[in-house]
Amino acid sequence: MSKDRVRVVVTGLGATTPLGGDVASTWSALLEGRSGIRPLTEDWVDSVPVKFAGVAAVDPAEVLPRPEARRLDRSEQFALIAARQAWQDAGAPEVPAERLGVCVSSGIGGIGTTLSAYDTFKERGWQRLSPFTVPMLMPNGPAAWVGLELGARAGVHATVSACASGAEAIGYALEMIRAGRADVVMAGGTEAAIHPLNVAAFAAARAMSTRNDEPERASRPWDRGRDGFVLGEGAGLIVLESYEHAVARGARIYAEVAGLGMSADSHHITQPEPEGRGVVMAMTQAMTDAGLTGRDILHVNAHATSTPAGDVIEAQAVEKSFGSHVLVTSTKSMTGHLLGGAGGIESVFTIKTLSERVVPPTINLEDLDDGVDVEIVCDKPRDLPGGQIAAVNNSFGFGGHNVAVAFTTV
Amino acid sequence: MALTEQEILAGLGKIVNEITGIPAAEVTPEKSFVDDLDIDSLSMVEIAVAAQDEFGVEIPDDQLKHLKTVKDVINFIQS
Repeated sequence: MSKDRVRVVVTGLGATTPLGGDVASTWSALLEGRSGIRPLTEDWVDSVPVKFAGVAAVDPAEVLPRPEARRLDRSEQFALIAARQAWQDAGAPEVPAERLGVCVSSGIGGIGTTLSAYDTFKERGWQRLSPFTVPMLMPNGPAAWVGLELGARAGVHATVSACASGAEAIGYALEMIRAGRADVVMAGGTEAAIHPLNVAAFAAARAMSTRNDEPERASRPWDRGRDGFVLGEGAGLIVLESYEHAVARGARIYAEVAGLGMSADSHHITQPEPEGRGVVMAMTQAMTDAGLTGRDILHVNAHATSTPAGDVIEAQAVEKSFGSHVLVTSTKSMTGHLLGGAGGIESVFTIKTLSERVVPPTINLEDLDDGVDVEIVCDKPRDLPGGQIAAVNNSFGFGGHNVAVAFTTV
Repeated sequence: MALTEQEILAGLGKIVNEITGIPAAEVTPEKSFVDDLDIDSLSMVEIAVAAQDEFGVEIPDDQLKHLKTVKDVINFIQS
């Protein structure tokens, strides 16, 4: 690591997930190895081949005041709730508006609003549309509302790269602070995509698990019997801050955001590149950018979504990038896959893993598939040693986007 | 049967509360939506849409801009 570069640390965490309405409840559920996946009860399940999902444990519309909730798409509700938690957790830092930024992403945006507004339009005419329809459906809506909430003027951004969106947002936030554009940036991902059209479309791509008789066991990364991902929803946001700014105000520091790696497969619009070259490139860049060697990296929170194609390629890429000593887990086995929200919550989990020095397990891994040469932490949590250690969060997206973010203890 | 002023006022109070969070009791005939209740133009559109559903009266945009007070809306619905 170059000595003169701005160091960036994490001072606040916020999340609302299928396992809990905040970071504490979600984290304890992760360590207990609990599944957040449940059967769907809506009438529309009869029309789709997948009848379960990781529905948010706490309905965001119940948390927010009604006048606020009705103007927000569900993805915006999740983002605003997680942002408020993270901001409070960071001690509500005093920072000039011109030095405060936001980078909050969603993979799909306000699709629930898009679809229900189109129904309203067809059935009742344009006059019956909410005047907030556009800000509810625009993909930058969650970032914009969080920016308004905090009064951020250094820049409000929403990077979009499907399921890598949340991690890309955190990477962009890191670069904002390194470039000197901001001292504090709220960043992460959100998604609210549990809608019959999305389920049908992902099922049409043959990407989803149809283990309808055992929803809690459907998300099973690296297990030989895995048959696709499980859709989840929620948001995870973190407060990134320059080390100097955090120390000056006496903030509690969870971890350092030490390195960023990004690459593109340029191989296929949905299929992962079989050699994992792009994934290796992203992880290696994150490691180098952080000034680390493979030995320093003890843990990877993997993207592993429980699809037949991706999980093993990623595990092999971890081994190629860092070595076989790495303790790997996929928390998606418990939360399901939050698409653009994944990089947000999984960064929160990676940071908690470092600060608590314990790796949450991968559940449902009963029969490890061939070709995995790193250790998958399964069934129960695994302690990490003391001293200076590092971990990497991976997020990959349809389109061939690869993002790896390296965190270290401080 | 035409609604009484009290019935319309109660309905409007509920709508304004639902949309803005302002207590229904503060929605009284002499209040101006913009100056007294601090309601912005997009919220007025939401209130007009909800009032149309509640009272079965179309409020065209060129009429809406003339409805400054709660009493104006009551009169429009009654007319």
